[in-house]
Amino acid sequence: MIAKNYTITSEQGIHARPATVIVGALTNFKSEVKIEYKGKQANLKSIMGVMALGVPNGATITITADGEDEAQVIEKMDEVMKNEGLAQ
Amino acid sequence: MSTTIEGIAASPGICIAKAFRLQNQELQVVKTSVTNTEEELQRFDKMLEKTKAELDVIKTETSKKLGEDKAEIFAAHLLILSDPEFIQPIKDKVTTDQVNVEYALNEVAAMFIAMFENMDNEYMRERAADIRDVSKRLLGHLLGIEIINPSTISEEVVIIAEDLTPSDTAQLNRQFVKGFTTDIGGRTSHSAIMARSMEIPAVVGTKHVMSVIENDMTVIVDGIEGKVLVNPTEDEIKQYNAKKIAYETQRKEWAKLKNEKTVTMDSHQVELGGNIGTPQDVKGVLENGGEAVGLYRTEFLYMGRSQLPTEEEQFQAYKTVLESMEGKPVVVRTLDIGGDKELPYLDLPKEMNPFLGFRAIRLCLSMQDMFRTQLRALLRASTYGNLKIMFPMIATIDEYHQAKSILFEEKKQLQETGIQVSNNIEIGIMVEIPSTAVMADVFAKEVDFFSIGTNDLIQYTLAADRMNERVSYLYQPYNPAILRLIKNVIDAAHTHGKWVGMCGEMAGDEVAIPILLGLGLDEFSMSATSILKARSQISMLSRSDMKTIAEKVLTMQSSEEVQAFIKSTVLNR
Repeated sequence: MIAKNYTITSEQGIHARPATVIVGALTNFKSEVKIEYKGKQANLKSIMGVMALGVPNGATITITADGEDEAQVIEKMDEVMKNEGLAQ
Repeated sequence: MSTTIEGIAASPGICIAKAFRLQNQELQVVKTSVTNTEEELQRFDKMLEKTKAELDVIKTETSKKLGEDKAEIFAAHLLILSDPEFIQPIKDKVTTDQVNVEYALNEVAAMFIAMFENMDNEYMRERAADIRDVSKRLLGHLLGIEIINPSTISEEVVIIAEDLTPSDTAQLNRQFVKGFTTDIGGRTSHSAIMARSMEIPAVVGTKHVMSVIENDMTVIVDGIEGKVLVNPTEDEIKQYNAKKIAYETQRKEWAKLKNEKTVTMDSHQVELGGNIGTPQDVKGVLENGGEAVGLYRTEFLYMGRSQLPTEEEQFQAYKTVLESMEGKPVVVRTLDIGGDKELPYLDLPKEMNPFLGFRAIRLCLSMQDMFRTQLRALLRASTYGNLKIMFPMIATIDEYHQAKSILFEEKKQLQETGIQVSNNIEIGIMVEIPSTAVMADVFAKEVDFFSIGTNDLIQYTLAADRMNERVSYLYQPYNPAILRLIKNVIDAAHTHGKWVGMCGEMAGDEVAIPILLGLGLDEFSMSATSILKARSQISMLSRSDMKTIAEKVLTMQSSEEVQAFIKSTVLNR
C-alpha cells in the first residue's frame, strides 16, 4: 500500500469538473484507491463519493492506493493534480 | 379550425412544422420478488452497457454541436454509471433482498439524491438533478420504455415544452428543430436566449401550449408577433409561408448592411452595439454587424455556481471578449446582482423590496473584496482591447466618487507591481435611477459617458415593479416622463462633450429609435439579432425630421399618444 498527501491549491477545491477528471483517470487501474479528508474516507473511483467529500481549497488530503499497480496509480495522481492545477 | 395562443416573442422568425412534445415522463416502478437473481443481474449489466453507449453518442454529438464544455455534463453522467459506490449497492440489493433491479435502482438512486439535496452547498444540491437524470435514462431502458430523447429527432419539428433546461437544449438537433414554444419563461429566460443564439423562432410564456398541443399536430410559431397557431387552415399556412418568405427576404436585405456604418439619410452617424452575457455571445454581435459591445452583463460569470469567480477566471473572460472585438469598444458593467438576480452563496437576507434594496453598486461598495477582485481582473484585461467600465445603479455623486476611487486604488497597486494597465479606459455610469437622470448635468462634468438603462429607469420613474403582472400597464417606455428624462441626460452629456448610449430593450425598439435619434442618442445597444434591422431603419430616417418629431412627442400627454403618433407619422410613411 502507498499513501501520499496533497495540499489542494485550486481555489474551487475538488469541484465537479476536477472530480470527473480524477475519477475518470482511475478507470483502468486495478488497485483499490481511497481519498481521505478530515477523517472521512471515500472511494476515489466513485464520482459521487469524491464530490460528497466536498474538499475545499487549502485542504490536505491523503490518497492511498493498494494493489498490483499502486505505484502507477500514485504516478497518475501526481500527473492529474499537476495538469489540473489542483495541488502542488 | 385553428387555435391561436399568445405568448412572448422571444426570438424572431416564422416556422411551420409538426409538434414534438418534450415532456417529463413519470416512470412507474413496482416492487416484485425475483428468484433467479443471476438472470436479473445479467439483464442489469446489459442495460447498463446500453445506457452508457447511448450517453457516449450524446456526449460526442454535444461536443461536436455545442462544444466540449457543454458535453462535460454527459461525461459526469457516464461516470455515475461506472461508479462502484452506486452500482454495487444496486446489485447487492437485488441479491440479498431478491427484488427486481428497477426497484433496487430506484431505492439506491433515491438515497443518493436525498444525500446531495441535503448538502449545504447550492452547487452540490444541483448535482442531485444529474443523478435523477441518469437514473431515469437507465430505468427507461430496464423498463423497455423509450425515454423521449431530443437528440434522436430526425424530422422537422417544433418543440413544445413546459420549459427547456440547459440539458434539453444541449441535446436539440439544430438541423431538425425549427422552433420552439414553452409554457413558462420570458425574453431573458434560458430557452429564449438559446433560441436567439440558434436563430430559430420561439414564443415563450404562453401558459397553454402543453395543454393544447398534441404530438404531430401542425403548429406555426410566429416569433415576430409572439403567436402560436395550432392546426392552421390551408389559408393560414399560405399566409404564414408568405410572411416567412418576406421575413427571410428582409433578413437577406439587412445582411447586406453587416459591414456598413450606421448613418441616417442626412449623414448623421450613430453607433450600434450588442448586449452580451458571456464571451460566446460576441460571435453573434459581430455576425450581426455590431460596432461595439454596449453592455457586457458580468453577473453571468457569478451565476450558476457555488462560489465567487476568481480573479483569473474573470480576467480570462474579459480578455476573450476584448480580443474577439478587435479594438471595437466594449462597455463592461460591473456586477449588478440583487433585485431579481440572486446569488445563493452570498447568503444575503431576503428583502421586502429587492429592486429598491441592497443591489448592484450598493452591494459592491459594501462587499469591497468582491468588487476589487472584479476591478483588478478588468484592469489587467484592459490592455487587450478598447475597454470602458460602467457602474450600475448609481444614485448619488458620492457613490460614483467612491467607486471611482476604489478603481484608481486598484489601478495604482497593479501598476506598482509592474502590471500593465491601459491609460485610456473610459469610466461611465448607468443612468437608471431618476435622481441621477435629473442630476445628469452634475454627473456629466465627471463621467466619460452615460448609458441609459431603460428597463430600470421606467420601473423606478413610474414606481411599477416590472416583475408584477398586475401593474405591467405602467411599464411605459414612451411615457413623455421617460422621454423628458432621456432628453435631460443627453443634453447634459453633450453640453460637456460626453457621449450617451442606451442599453435597455428600448434601444432596439422601432417606435423608440426615431425619437432617440431625434433626441441625439449616440450609441444604441441591443440584442445582437436586432442590430441589422435597426441599422436598416435608421438608414431610412432623417435626423433633422426626427428632431422635429422628438420635440413634438415631448409635449404629448401619454405613452399611447406618443406610440400612435410615431406609428402613423414615421413607421407607416
